[in-house]
Amino acid sequence: MTSVPVAEPPPRESPGRRLSTFFYRHPRIRLAALLAVPVGWLVVVYLGSLAVLLLSAFWDTNPFTSEVVRELTLDNFRTLFEREVYRDVAWRTIQMAALVTIADAVLAFPIAYYMARVASPRTRNLLVVAVLMPLWANYLVKAYAWRTMLSDGGVINWALEPVGMQFDGYSTVGLWLVFTYLWLPFMVLPIYAGLERIPASLLEASADLGGRSLATFTRVVLPLAFPAVVAGSIFTFSLTLGDYIAPGLITSEQFIGTVIYSIRGEALPVAAAYSMVPIVMMIAYLLVARRLRAFESL
Amino acid sequence: MVESRLTRILLRVGAGATLVFIYLPLLLVGLYAFNRNVTQGWPIENFSTKWFSVAFHDSDVRDALKLSLLAALGATAIALVLGTLASMAVARYSFFGREAISFAVILPIALPGIITGLALQATIIDVLGPIGVSFGLMTIILGHATFCVVVVYNNAIARLRRTAGSLDEASADLGADSWQTFRHVTFPQMRTALLAGALLAFALSFDEVVVTIFTSGAQQTLPIWIFATLSRPAELPIVNVVALFVIVVSIIPVYLAQRLAGGSGLTSERPAKGTVAADS
Amino acid sequence: MSRRKYRVASWAALGLLVGALSVVAAGCGGGDDEGSASTEIEGLGSSLEEIQEMARQEGEVNVVQWAGYAQLTEEFKAATGCTVNTKDGGSSDDMISLIQTGEYDGVSASGNASVRLMTTGDAAPIDTEVIPNYADVQEGIKGKDYNSLDGQPYGVPHGRGPNYLMFRTDVVPEDTDSWSVIWDESGPYNGKLSIYDDSIFIADAAVYLKATQPDLGIENPYFLDEEQFNAAVDLLKQQAPNVGEYWPGDVAKQIGSYTNGDSVVGTTWPYQYVQLTAADPPVPVKAIKPKEGTTGWSDTWMIYSKAANPNCMYLWMDHMISPEAQAAVAEGFGEAPVNLKACDLTKNPNHCEEYHADDEAWWEDVYYWTTPTADCGDDRGEVCKTQEDWEAAWTEIRG
Repeated sequence: MTSVPVAEPPPRESPGRRLSTFFYRHPRIRLAALLAVPVGWLVVVYLGSLAVLLLSAFWDTNPFTSEVVRELTLDNFRTLFEREVYRDVAWRTIQMAALVTIADAVLAFPIAYYMARVASPRTRNLLVVAVLMPLWANYLVKAYAWRTMLSDGGVINWALEPVGMQFDGYSTVGLWLVFTYLWLPFMVLPIYAGLERIPASLLEASADLGGRSLATFTRVVLPLAFPAVVAGSIFTFSLTLGDYIAPGLITSEQFIGTVIYSIRGEALPVAAAYSMVPIVMMIAYLLVARRLRAFESL
Repeated sequence: MVESRLTRILLRVGAGATLVFIYLPLLLVGLYAFNRNVTQGWPIENFSTKWFSVAFHDSDVRDALKLSLLAALGATAIALVLGTLASMAVARYSFFGREAISFAVILPIALPGIITGLALQATIIDVLGPIGVSFGLMTIILGHATFCVVVVYNNAIARLRRTAGSLDEASADLGADSWQTFRHVTFPQMRTALLAGALLAFALSFDEVVVTIFTSGAQQTLPIWIFATLSRPAELPIVNVVALFVIVVSIIPVYLAQRLAGGSGLTSERPAKGTVAADS
Repeated sequence: MSRRKYRVASWAALGLLVGALSVVAAGCGGGDDEGSASTEIEGLGSSLEEIQEMARQEGEVNVVQWAGYAQLTEEFKAATGCTVNTKDGGSSDDMISLIQTGEYDGVSASGNASVRLMTTGDAAPIDTEVIPNYADVQEGIKGKDYNSLDGQPYGVPHGRGPNYLMFRTDVVPEDTDSWSVIWDESGPYNGKLSIYDDSIFIADAAVYLKATQPDLGIENPYFLDEEQFNAAVDLLKQQAPNVGEYWPGDVAKQIGSYTNGDSVVGTTWPYQYVQLTAADPPVPVKAIKPKEGTTGWSDTWMIYSKAANPNCMYLWMDHMISPEAQAAVAEGFGEAPVNLKACDLTKNPNHCEEYHADDEAWWEDVYYWTTPTADCGDDRGEVCKTQEDWEAAWTEIRG
C-alpha cells in the first residue's frame, strides 16, 4: 500500500518554545528573569528590613511610655558616644570574638588536617558526620548543659576537686569556653574544605625540594589554608557578636548582644543605633574576607 | 604521605581531643535526660526514664515540632528556588552587579542574628502589619529563608563552576527549550549539590532561635519551646529528652547529606580531592 | 566600563535601592492610634451570654504573663472552649514589647507596665458588668492609679506580693533581717549575690537608702530627684562587682543557682521560694520582708485594645479572679489573692494569713512597682528621673 505523502505542516511552535527562543535571543532578559526573584527577595526582605532598622536609629522615644516617636534626631548616636559603657561593652565583645576565633582556629586545625590529609576515606566520612552532628543538637540545650557543667557544684569542679583546683565557671573565661565550644563546627568544616583543596603534589614538591615538615606547614599549608580560616572566622566572629543568650546564662557581664536585647523594648532607637557597630564591623570584615578569597571556602 | 610519623600521631591526638571536647557536653545532655530530679546537680543521684513518657505525651512539644518542621520545609523550599536561580545567573553570566549579589547572599548569615531579628521584627510591625501580615508561620519562614539561601547558593554555584556551560548550549542547539534544558541537562548535574544544600538549610532553620524569637510572635517552634521551657523550673528534664531525641534523629539527614554530596563542607560541598578552586 | 567602575557602580545601585526603600519604609510609619475611654473592642460581645457564645468561635486566647501565673487552664478550656497559650515575660519592659507585637490578647501587668499601657492605649478600658467575679475583688485595690484612669477600670486586679530577700540558711545566718547583706555588709557573700536584672531594681536600692540615709529625704523609691537617684546608682555600682548573677526574670536560672549554691543571697519573687522549698529534697532557703521594707507588685490582667480574641480574654479575666483560680495562683506563685473567697479554697488553710491578704498595715512598707516620671508627685515638681533615665542608668550599672 502506498500512501500519498501528506505535506507536513511546519512544526507549530509551542508557547514554551517561543519563550525559550525569545530568551535565547535575549540573554539579558533571561538573566533578568533569573535574577528578579532572588534579588527582589534579598533587597526587599533583607536590605529593606535593615533599612527600616537603620532608620529607626534616628527616631526619638517618649521618655515616659518608651514609645517610638517618629521625629528625626541624632540623640541616640550622641548617647552612644557620650556614655562610656557602650564603648566598654563593644570593646569587650570584640575582644571576646577575637579570642573565641583564635581558640576555635587552634582547636579546629588539627582535626581538620587529620580529616583532610591523614584519615582513610571511611574515617574521614565518619568524622565529617561527627563534626556536623552537633550542629543539629539544639544550641540552647548545649548552652544550658555548659551552664550546668560550669556551676560550682558542676562536673568540671567535681573533676578538678581531687587535684585541689577550683574553676570559677560563671566568668568571662567560662563564657569564652562556651562560645569556643558552640561555634567550633563552624570553624572545622571550612578549614577542612580548604585543606582538602591543596593538591598533595604541592606538599610532595615542597618535601622534594628539601622543605621539612615545619617549613612545608608554615610556607605551603598555612598560606593556602588561610582563606579557609578566614571563612570560618566570619561565623565565629559574627555569632559571638550577636549572641544574647549564652552571655546571660554564664556571666553577669554585658556584651553587645545582651545590651541590644535588653534595651530593645524601652529604647529601640538606641538599640538600632548600637546595631550599627556590629553591622559596620561585619561588612568591613566581609570585604576583607572576600579580598582574601575566603568566600570560596564558606 | 608527607607528614612524618610524629606529626601524624600528634594530629591524631589533637583530633581526638577536639572530638572529646565536642561530645562530652552532648553526653551530659543525654545523661540528664535520665535524671529523675528536676534540678541538674552533679553527680546524678537517681536515674529514671519517666521524662520520656512525659515528653512523648506533651502536646506542646508535638505542636512545636510540627511548626518547626513546617517552617524548615517552607524555608528550605524558598531557599532552593532563590539559591538555584541566583547561582545560575552568577555562574553563567557576567553582568553589572554580579559581585554585589554574592555579597548580598552571604550578608544575612554573616550579620549577627540579633540584628537580622530586630530588623525583621521592626519591619513586620511597621511595614507588614499595616498591610495585614501578622506574626506566624509565614514570618518565621520569611526570616529563615533569607539566611538559608546562602547554603543552597554556595552548593549550587560550586557545582556549576565545575560543570561546563557548553552542555546547556549543546542542549539548546539540539532543539531543547529552556525548561527542557534545565530539566534534563542542568538539573541532573546540580541535583546532589542541591540536596546537600537543602539538608543543611533544613538543619539551619530547624535549630534557629536567635532570629526566630523576633519573628514568631505567639507561635512556638521547637527551639522557642525549649527556650520557654528552660525558664520553667519544673520541666527542665523534658527539654533534655527532646534534645536527645533531636540529636539521635538528626543522624539520618546528616549521614544522607554526607553520602549524597560525597562529603560536604559547611555551606558548600567540597570539590574533588586535589583540585584547586576555580576562579570566580 | 572597566571592571572597577562596574563594581563601584553596582554598589552605588545597591545603595540607591536601600535608600529608596528607607523612604518607602518611612512613609509606611506614623499614624499612631489614640487611646480612648470606650470599652468597646472590635468583635467583643455585648452581653455575657454573647461573649460566651463568641468565645467558642475564637477557641483560643494568647496571654503574656509572669511565670507561674496561668492556672487551671484545662478547667478554663472545658468551661469556655478557649485554649490558653501563655508566654512568660521576664520584666515589665519585656511584657510591653511583647504586647506591642500585636500578637497577644492580654497581659498580667505590674504597675510599671500597666500605667504605660493605659497611656499608650495598648490596654483597653473594661466593662466590669460582664465580669461577674469583679464584684468580689477587694474594694481597697480597685480604682488605683495602676489599674484605672479617671475612675475607669483598665483591667482586673489580680494579686499582690513583695519582692523578698532570700538566702540559703546554711550559709547566711537565720536571723538576718536587713537588706544590708546585699549592700553594705555583703562581704562574706561577694560573688554569690543574685540580683534581679531590670532597671526597676534601682528602687530597691532607694528603699535601702530611705532607711539608712534619711538625709537624702527619700519618700517614694520610684520618684527620685537627681541627688537621690545618684546615691542609689552609686550604691548599685558598688554592688555590681559582687553580684554572682543577674537574673532577667528567668526564674529557673535563679532556682538552679540557689540549688547548686552558686547564689546564696539576693532578691527574689515568692515563686522561686515556693519552688525551692517544695523541691525534693528541699533547698534550705528562707525568704523575708526585711525591716527596711521592700518593693513589690500589685498586678492587673489587662486586655489588649486590638485583641484578636477579645471574648476569650474577657472570660479569662473573669476566670483569673474566680475564687478557684485565685487560690491556685496565690499558692502556686506565692502571693496574696484579691478575691478573699479564695482563702477558703487554698490547700494551706492559713495561706491568706501568711501572705497578709487582708492585713493592710503589713503592706504599708511594700512599695508597688510603678513607672518613674518627671513629675515627682509632690512639691518638688518636675525634677524626678524618668523611666528613660532609669534604663540608661541600669545599662551603666551593669557595665
